[in-house]
Amino acid sequence: MRQFLLFITIIAVGVLFISRLFYLQVYNSSGNDLFEDNAIRKVYDYPKRGFVYDRNGQLLVANQPSYDVMVIPREVDPLDTLEFCNLLKIDKVRFIKKYEKAKHYSPRLPSVFVSHLSKEDYAVLQEKMRKFHGFYIQKRSLRNYETTIGANVLGDIGEVNNANIRKDPYYKMGDLIGKQGVEASYEKTLRGTKGIKFIQKDRFNRNIGPYKDGAFDTIPKQGKDITITIDAQLQAYGELLMKNKRGGVIAIEPATGEILAMVTAPSYDPSILVGRERSKNFTKLYQDNIAKPLFNRSLKGEYEPGSPFKLMNALIALQEGVLTPDETVTCYAGYKYGNRFMKCHCNRGTRNNMVTGIQRSCNAYFATTYRKILDKNGSSSDGIDAWSKHAQSFGLGNYLNNDLFVGAKGRIPDRAYYKRIYPKTFYSTYTISNAIGQGEVATTPIQLANMTAAIANRGYYYTPHIVKNIEGEILPEQFTKPKYTTIDKVNFEPVIEGMLQVYKKGTAASLQVKDIEICGKTGTVENFAKIDSVKTQLTDHSIFVAFAPKENPKIAIAVFVENGYWGSRFAGKVASLMIEKHIKGHTTRKDLEEWLLKHSLENEYAKPYSGKPFKINRYTTLQIVEEQEYHTLKKELNRINKSKN
Amino acid sequence: MVRDTNRHFKFDWITIFLFMLLVGFGWLNILSASHTGTTINYFDISQPFGKQLIFIFLTFGLIILLLAVDAKFYERFSSIIYILSMLSLVGLFIFGKNVNGATSWYAIGGMTIQPSEFAKTATALAVAKYVSDLNTNIKTLKDQIQTFIIIAIPAILVLLQNDTGSTIVYGAFFFVLYREGLPKYYLTIGISIILLSILSLKFGAIITSIIALILVVSFHFLSKKKLRIFQSAFILIVAFTVTFGVKFFYQSILKPHQQDRISLWLRLEKDPEKLEQMKRTFAYNLNESEKAISSGGFSGRGFMEGTRTTGKFVPEQHTDYIFSTVGEEWGFLGSAFVVIVFVLLLLRILHLAELQKSQFSRVYGYGVAAVIFIHFFINIGMVMGLIPTIGIPLPMFSYGGSGLWAFTILIFIFIKLDSNKINEW
Repeated sequence: MRQFLLFITIIAVGVLFISRLFYLQVYNSSGNDLFEDNAIRKVYDYPKRGFVYDRNGQLLVANQPSYDVMVIPREVDPLDTLEFCNLLKIDKVRFIKKYEKAKHYSPRLPSVFVSHLSKEDYAVLQEKMRKFHGFYIQKRSLRNYETTIGANVLGDIGEVNNANIRKDPYYKMGDLIGKQGVEASYEKTLRGTKGIKFIQKDRFNRNIGPYKDGAFDTIPKQGKDITITIDAQLQAYGELLMKNKRGGVIAIEPATGEILAMVTAPSYDPSILVGRERSKNFTKLYQDNIAKPLFNRSLKGEYEPGSPFKLMNALIALQEGVLTPDETVTCYAGYKYGNRFMKCHCNRGTRNNMVTGIQRSCNAYFATTYRKILDKNGSSSDGIDAWSKHAQSFGLGNYLNNDLFVGAKGRIPDRAYYKRIYPKTFYSTYTISNAIGQGEVATTPIQLANMTAAIANRGYYYTPHIVKNIEGEILPEQFTKPKYTTIDKVNFEPVIEGMLQVYKKGTAASLQVKDIEICGKTGTVENFAKIDSVKTQLTDHSIFVAFAPKENPKIAIAVFVENGYWGSRFAGKVASLMIEKHIKGHTTRKDLEEWLLKHSLENEYAKPYSGKPFKINRYTTLQIVEEQEYHTLKKELNRINKSKN
Repeated sequence: MVRDTNRHFKFDWITIFLFMLLVGFGWLNILSASHTGTTINYFDISQPFGKQLIFIFLTFGLIILLLAVDAKFYERFSSIIYILSMLSLVGLFIFGKNVNGATSWYAIGGMTIQPSEFAKTATALAVAKYVSDLNTNIKTLKDQIQTFIIIAIPAILVLLQNDTGSTIVYGAFFFVLYREGLPKYYLTIGISIILLSILSLKFGAIITSIIALILVVSFHFLSKKKLRIFQSAFILIVAFTVTFGVKFFYQSILKPHQQDRISLWLRLEKDPEKLEQMKRTFAYNLNESEKAISSGGFSGRGFMEGTRTTGKFVPEQHTDYIFSTVGEEWGFLGSAFVVIVFVLLLLRILHLAELQKSQFSRVYGYGVAAVIFIHFFINIGMVMGLIPTIGIPLPMFSYGGSGLWAFTILIFIFIKLDSNKINEW
């Protein structure tokens, strides 16, 4: 048997080796993926990010070069640190700290040493760079905002986070991605496609040539330019009027669904989120959870719509045939239901038909209307479903499904909703607040603007959108095909007549604009906040919706001013001015402009945080902005009014 | 005496074919591992692949020479060859050139020669000669010691030159002597010592001692072969000595880099940070070579397409780590093929050895198989991380003229002896 020892050992070793090979190469193989292969360096070639223009071709967002000083620690030779620090405008302590950090990250790989040099510093430094071995300048492309407005529309770009990378492997650490606004919703269009070069490296991490002579390399595809529907001038004007207030404004062109202006207040200059200061400024904005400048109120602010919702109820009543336009309802300075009472501004005994009901915003008229709708077939549950269906056909109570990066559903309750609250019986009076746009109804400003646009169009709307044109592409059908409401065209006329009368002699009579027939509706909405877990009433919200002109409407608008008290006090003024600005290109109501610039609501917003009891509504006084700020605002106003498209 | 008129065709062509296959495939991998740039001049003697090609061409001349010499020459002159070889090793202490910490090279002109590679052949001849002598009986202690001395001289000389890898190769002769009648307890003792050492290092001396105690005691009472109590006690004492001694050996005799290699192999280090540190330092080669092999996958990246080979990620890849090139570029298919060719070659040589009529030829043939086997086992085992890092070349595969020629001489002397077996009576 002695001759078999070596024989068996050889076979055993052969089997052992093949098993080990199987384990290493088949079972546990690291695979053949070039992207996973750390012997191949992937060098990305970033394309130009597309520009953003407004509807009149004004350039809003472009690119600017940015220069980072990079360091590869092991290649650094002794250098004149004093001179280098002076060139970079840093001190020696920071130099050492940054160098140690880079060395800690990797002695062989490049790290950012100083980011975002100014063009001037770059020019000086570039001359002398060859003296500093191991350092080099890397050019990057940052956004350059050609405007100070529209931060919420345009958005910003920032470095990708881990979630982005997980979601789309296109992105690699350090890549830039749209974070908000148009930058985010049109990220793929704007960014283009980056090119990639595969470079074979050796174990010292040095490049030794293109991998397979560049057979797998790709060239970058440039990002496309985008024209957005925003009118930069109108946007700037709206933002100026909303200074020192909180709220949102949305203006839509009813004939196309294009968003002309989308204001959220407070806002900020988009340029502060670019470059060296980005993270500092972003943190500041992000942490302001009182004013919430990053919260897009015009898209995400879900408020009870208040009186403008009466228009909806009027339309539904006509469509359901529970009421004729001429039928009158007597107002007893309010509406009594059961043993409860809903107050109204009308004088006792006023008889309102539909037009005057809208004109005077009569609560009793609409309470009656609402009850008629719900009780049409004797079942309030059936009634609420019909009511809900009509309201939803205006795009309320759900996402608009458009090209805006954020949005909110709002709320239009239906049978199922109330079933949860009132499992047993349900009567129309339980939800009577819906009659006047309070209670369970909630809408965002953009939904309200869209509803107004649908009224202006007498029965249809185009999904509100922000993109006007992308080079070489046609707009998707969802933006070019009208969406019809469930209300017949004829039923709009009495409601529109009522809206016209609001301006002629109703709640917005003081806001008339010469030569323009504006149809509008004011809203004043009670609201509450929890202060130290006590439900406390705050000053009412000021709401306004309008479109103009009455025939062939050019603009539909919804304005929301938080705690502005009554509809025509703040919101109505903003709406009327923006309508005039859009239609005439200039404004005649200088008195309204000045009033808005002069008055601030900041003291109102500070109240709930003061820790002291406070008064609301008619016991409040308006804050006048300081002289100096007023002048600045005034100067800005003149600038906007002078600039021609 | 009958002369075969056709004796040129008596050479074992299977062995020659397998040998050529390994040399040829080896060269392709050396080419891939050592070329730089895009254009290749195959005869560029400033590059390893160019030099190796020259060595291979010269090998053909060497083969013809080896086969032309009369078979009796090797047996007759084996003692002289051995003595000359030993002198060449001793001469290194005076004229040797230090490469990578080992003083095992003669530098003649632009060439370097490594006599330790040839010493293996010389030792194989000397062992064959001594064991096949009619007066030698390997079962006697005297002859065991004599044989041991023949093997120990070159082993110690290369150890003194810091070439630990080559020393271990001399362990191959154990297989030869065992085949020729070395008592069985050598095998038992050898395996026991290796197992006890590994267990002791991995699990500690106390646990290992307890295991040894249980085994010896149960063997003493259960085995049919009754040992006397003092015999068992003696075995136990030896076992304990090994168990505790190996720790001392590991800590005090082994050099730090050898300790590191063993510690890595037995996974003695648990701290992940220190493991990372290891991967960047002494375990770098092993780590990179395992990664290269693993990245080959089932069918490999293709000849000259391995990114880790092209990027020279594995240091010494054209010499000791040549198998990692095979792994990356030829994948599981290619690597398994190489393993199988080696196994076939070894089995073929063993088979031929057993067919020899002269004891000299048989012992020598066994020596050839055992020496190549140890190289094969240690080299590929090391590159795949199965055994600790020991630097010896892969026969016929690794870059190096001395190695290639030494193995050519080793194998072709045997082919010559084999072709002559018909004349042996």
